[in-house]
Amino acid sequence: MEPINILTSKAAPLPFPNIDTDQIIPKQFLKRIERTGYGEFLFFDWRYDLSTPDHVEERKDFVLNKPEHKEAEILIAEKNFGCGSSREHAAWAINQYGFRAVIAPSFADIFFSNAGKNGIILARLTEDEVKTLLERSTANPEHKITINLEAQTVTDELGFNAHFDIDPFRKYCLLNGLDDIGLTLRHEKELDSFESKHNKDFWSLPKTAA
Amino acid sequence: MSKAPKTLFEKVWQQHVVAEPEGEPTILYIDLHLVHEVTSPQAFEGLRLAGRKLRRPDRHIATVDHNVPTTSAYDRLHIVDQIAATQVNALRKNCADFGVEFFDVQDASQGIVHMIGPELGATKPGMTIVCGDSHTSTHGAFGALAFGIGTSEVEHVMATQTLPQSKPKTFRITVDGELPFGVTAKDIILDIIGKIGTDGATGYAVEYAGSAIRALSMEGRMTICNMSIEAGARAGMIAPDETTFAYLMGRRFSPQGAAWDEAVAHWKTLPTEEGATFDRELHIDAATLAPAVTWGTSPGMHATIDGKVPLLAEAKTEADRKSFQRAYEYMGLKPGTPMEEIKIDTVFLGSCTNGRIEDLRAAAAVVKGHHIATKIRAMVVPGSQAVKRQAEEEGLDKIFKTAGFEWREPGCSMCLGMNPDILQPEERCASTSNRNFEGRQGRGGRTHLVSPEMAAAAAITGHFTDIRKWKQTEGASR
Repeated sequence: MEPINILTSKAAPLPFPNIDTDQIIPKQFLKRIERTGYGEFLFFDWRYDLSTPDHVEERKDFVLNKPEHKEAEILIAEKNFGCGSSREHAAWAINQYGFRAVIAPSFADIFFSNAGKNGIILARLTEDEVKTLLERSTANPEHKITINLEAQTVTDELGFNAHFDIDPFRKYCLLNGLDDIGLTLRHEKELDSFESKHNKDFWSLPKTAA
Repeated sequence: MSKAPKTLFEKVWQQHVVAEPEGEPTILYIDLHLVHEVTSPQAFEGLRLAGRKLRRPDRHIATVDHNVPTTSAYDRLHIVDQIAATQVNALRKNCADFGVEFFDVQDASQGIVHMIGPELGATKPGMTIVCGDSHTSTHGAFGALAFGIGTSEVEHVMATQTLPQSKPKTFRITVDGELPFGVTAKDIILDIIGKIGTDGATGYAVEYAGSAIRALSMEGRMTICNMSIEAGARAGMIAPDETTFAYLMGRRFSPQGAAWDEAVAHWKTLPTEEGATFDRELHIDAATLAPAVTWGTSPGMHATIDGKVPLLAEAKTEADRKSFQRAYEYMGLKPGTPMEEIKIDTVFLGSCTNGRIEDLRAAAAVVKGHHIATKIRAMVVPGSQAVKRQAEEEGLDKIFKTAGFEWREPGCSMCLGMNPDILQPEERCASTSNRNFEGRQGRGGRTHLVSPEMAAAAAITGHFTDIRKWKQTEGASR
């Protein structure tokens, strides 16, 4: 995963609450066994015209299809973004489309975790702060927002300045692009010792009969 | 060690702490990982690329459920959709290469992952259980700490048998009293989601308690824990008791003989102790509940069967107003429409929420002696091979088929429509599944979540029907 710290970009506003992972990436794209190639399917049902048989016609009224919002690296949405299914494909699609950060008042737990494993910054701001940013990016698609992970701030050129909280360990991993498995294996000795004791707790074994 | 009274969650958590590194998440041991075809291929591939093995192949169980056709055994063995077939074949190869026990498509133990864990007795109280599927919360019904994970976490569990986890807060939801006639576990959980919102339990592990919960069968408890994620909670738990032990006794992977007694003795130490505190509490009086029907595109958007599609004025916040407006349009519903007047096209009975034997029995009791309404498409998809066999032994398949239902092979099916079972645009479905999101059951499809009894009654009349009135004339099953 790529390290990330400071991101300055225009933003794509999606002013809806409860955007679920079925909307972010519909199920028909979950049959693939690859980890890449999901960007083109991001928000598929909202992005493409339903009436065309091959679904390739872009809906002009959808924010990601508006030329002025192309190349936005920040997505702004309302509360409970990423609720529903655990599919990490949602985080892959967001990342592979080109977004490096999502700003919202709250995120669903599993999506939150998946995004962190894919180098996506999730910045939780207050509802009022998000509203301000949604309005500014809607009114002026060229409006630039800066997210500074190290400083935990979201700022813009109109004087917007908000702080966001982030777990220090998650921040450290994002800043350094660290792989979780390697980090856990630093504790292999503790793991070996825990496991040798825990093995005797036969109630913890999935298959205890035989 | 603190002597303060502990919750069920705290006990299970503490018994699985491998390390608590300063300033980092806790490293939590994972007892059981359930694997299915959709969220695992990239994880196995990651292991291969890094030259890693499974640390504990004996702690993983795999099956195929999301993609598999439900039409016939032949169709399942010859999947036409080549992308789906590739994914199923990838799981076969991965399980063989990495030494994971795999229940293939026609195996006697195949089924939805959340059905087979309990059926095999692999799911047990006090365990930590994960799966790359958000409905892993189902297993919490046994007093396990069970939660859904993403594919990177799947790979992490495969490589280390652990997960770095920040400890969630605790939330006890107590449902006391007797459930009114015609009200089921599904109605309890829909009511909870409506009350606290679809993000109401985000960041919490929920414990369901109270006399109405204790009175439920394991099937009912699983229905409740299953939909915890629909309220934002990764995990929902219910303390193990005699009902739990009776369910597990004699199952294939359950302990036997002296080991069984020892296990039960351990399980009895798990329930939340008197005086233990939770970060949040909610009390619900079971007597106030009624059969629920969702009207919108989020599980929290529901009304009681004798209610109406809410008016815009009833939206409490600006966000709700926007969601309501979008939902009216997507669902093709006018505000103020009585729920009983909503006509349906399709009925789906199944899923990890309501695809168990008790669900099929309850629905069959409603259906018996009737026929589905004209132009209705109705299907029963048992959650597992075991449920299907049991239902057939009891003759439930005949009741459904005589009434005009299709009787299918087990799988996730129309709950998420990854296999060929999907809704057409604007097709309206009474579904016993868990999500009514836009496009969930097929692009443009309109999903209404209900209990199995309510789905069955709707299939007969062609519109949502108050099961309480129906049952008074027909005789009740539960």
